[in-house]
Amino acid sequence: MATIARCLRVVRPTAYSAVLRNSASRTIGARPFSMTATNAVRKYTKEHEWIDLSGDMKTGVLGISEYAAKQLGDIVYVELPEEGKEVQAGDAIGAVESVKSAADINAPISCKITQINLVLEEKPGTINQVAEDDSHGGGWIAKVQITEEGLKDFEQLLDAKAYEEYTAEEGEH
Amino acid sequence: MQSRSSSLARILRGVTPSHTANRYAVRALTTSLSHPTARRQQHLSISIRQLPTLATTTTVTQTRYASSSSSESRLQKTPLYSLHLAHGAKMVPFGGFHMPVQYASLSVAQSHLFTRSHASVFDVSHMVQRLFRGPGAAQFLQSITPSGVEALAEHRSTLSCLLKEDGSGGIVDDTIITRLGGAGGEIGEGFYVVTNAACQEKDDVYLDREVAKWNREMTGKGLGVREERLNGRGLVALQGPGAEGVLAGVLAEEAGLDLRKLLFGQSAYARLKLGVARVSRPVLISRGGYTGEDGFEISIPGDEAVAVTEALLAAGPGKVQLAGLGARDSLRLEAGMCLYGHDLDESTTPVEAGLSWIIPKERRTADAGFYGADVIAKQLVAKSKGGSGVARRRVGLIVEGAPAREGAEIVSRAEEGKEPVKLGAVTSGCPSPSLGKNIAMGYVKDGFHKAGTEVDVLVRGRPRKAVVAKMPFVPTKYWKGET
Repeated sequence: MATIARCLRVVRPTAYSAVLRNSASRTIGARPFSMTATNAVRKYTKEHEWIDLSGDMKTGVLGISEYAAKQLGDIVYVELPEEGKEVQAGDAIGAVESVKSAADINAPISCKITQINLVLEEKPGTINQVAEDDSHGGGWIAKVQITEEGLKDFEQLLDAKAYEEYTAEEGEH
Repeated sequence: MQSRSSSLARILRGVTPSHTANRYAVRALTTSLSHPTARRQQHLSISIRQLPTLATTTTVTQTRYASSSSSESRLQKTPLYSLHLAHGAKMVPFGGFHMPVQYASLSVAQSHLFTRSHASVFDVSHMVQRLFRGPGAAQFLQSITPSGVEALAEHRSTLSCLLKEDGSGGIVDDTIITRLGGAGGEIGEGFYVVTNAACQEKDDVYLDREVAKWNREMTGKGLGVREERLNGRGLVALQGPGAEGVLAGVLAEEAGLDLRKLLFGQSAYARLKLGVARVSRPVLISRGGYTGEDGFEISIPGDEAVAVTEALLAAGPGKVQLAGLGARDSLRLEAGMCLYGHDLDESTTPVEAGLSWIIPKERRTADAGFYGADVIAKQLVAKSKGGSGVARRRVGLIVEGAPAREGAEIVSRAEEGKEPVKLGAVTSGCPSPSLGKNIAMGYVKDGFHKAGTEVDVLVRGRPRKAVVAKMPFVPTKYWKGET
């Protein structure tokens, strides 16, 4: 039987404990921003990308966070990843551009890009409205196939709460 | 220079590629003609930069721009610092100051468009307001700039640049020079010279040395010069089609100034109404700016900077809003104006930069007596006509697809069987809020500079089609009198 402390740790993982936790605990984690895929769990990078993992842990959807979208301001151009490309965690796979800056989108985990969100070519501003929506018409960037290595990368990412704390520290405004 | 984008985290932290950073800054070059006012510095001048009295405890999120050299703790505050915080400004270090990059009420693009349709107030107090006095002042300035300073009429301004003393023709900084008369203001007679905040340290060294050098030879001939720095004065730019109406609404009646008769490049002193019963000391109003719009730059005694700015804003948010460095940068780029440290530097001559127009005809000779006159005179004449011409030129670009930012390589258009050749690099670029297109400026090899020339620009390693375009990208709307 797990201790209460252990339960709490599972339910409310921190950025650091996430690294240590085994994958089984992952599905119990809170995922307040997840909008579709009921079996999915969403995690974030400190670089402000998010990725959802499907219940079978074979596929995922990624994008940039609402926090980042808000901070960037009016997004006027999105450079989408290349379909079919296999990438490592941290690789630049695309970019979002506002009037004042250009920001790389980095692969949150190692994966293979299987589909890109062409809606963003016509309507880059979608990201400002629904950055973390992974449905049709949402601001997601790409759908991906997850590799073994990608699963390990995923373990090291921040969950929603840890990410929220992280961004609160960085300061809004 | 970094052509690529940065990670989101870097951008949000404000460690952004230099483009964002410095671009914000600076000045106004060309346009700006306006700074004239500053002079007024209460002759007392050499004052100390005023510390804000309010709100200093408010927390500010700091964005650290890669290009800012000063540590945050050493950052100075303009007289409007507290006012920025009260309006929800996002502050960033720029040129050694805490400066607003945007305000809570509008995004950068909204603020940009608001300036083009209404009017915006920009705090540009970080810029360095200098005064040169003495019988040799005009001749001194003619020795370090290519401008016709002696011929400048009272209360007229000219865009200019400080030239390197090594005779290379390189630009140390760009500046606006105004000849001030003594009447009506507190600054007195002299030449009012506004330089970039980001260049202050090196400009100070350069000017101290040049003034000393000049005086060693010329004081004995009765042509001495002395420089004063008007530290602590406020400088705000009121820009946009609504600018004249807003300013007219606060002119004190006794000022007797008819703004219709104050044309682009001219300046005048006036007192402004600060609420019901108060009137300001004289401010120096110069018509011009760094946005391409009609507008004014207003140099204000430091202790009245907040009251004057609030008086301008009192016209109401439907007519005038505060705008930050973000909008200032995209506006000046649409207007085709240079930002020092990006579009201009010490390896660039005025001819390469497309600024030959600042050099009057009579000073286009090798013996004109300013630093680099011989190099510049040769560059002004094409090779085919016996001169040296220039190897590269500043051009405007319209880029398809991804916006090209500073550092992006410009190459010849990819064609079958032809390897692209490097032609130059982008020095500023952004999506244009007014045009809905990506605009940029940069330097290309001479011969590729004609409008309509097709080139490619490499963004994130991929070629994007671009066409050389005439600047300004958006027509300027300076007030030059009834036509």
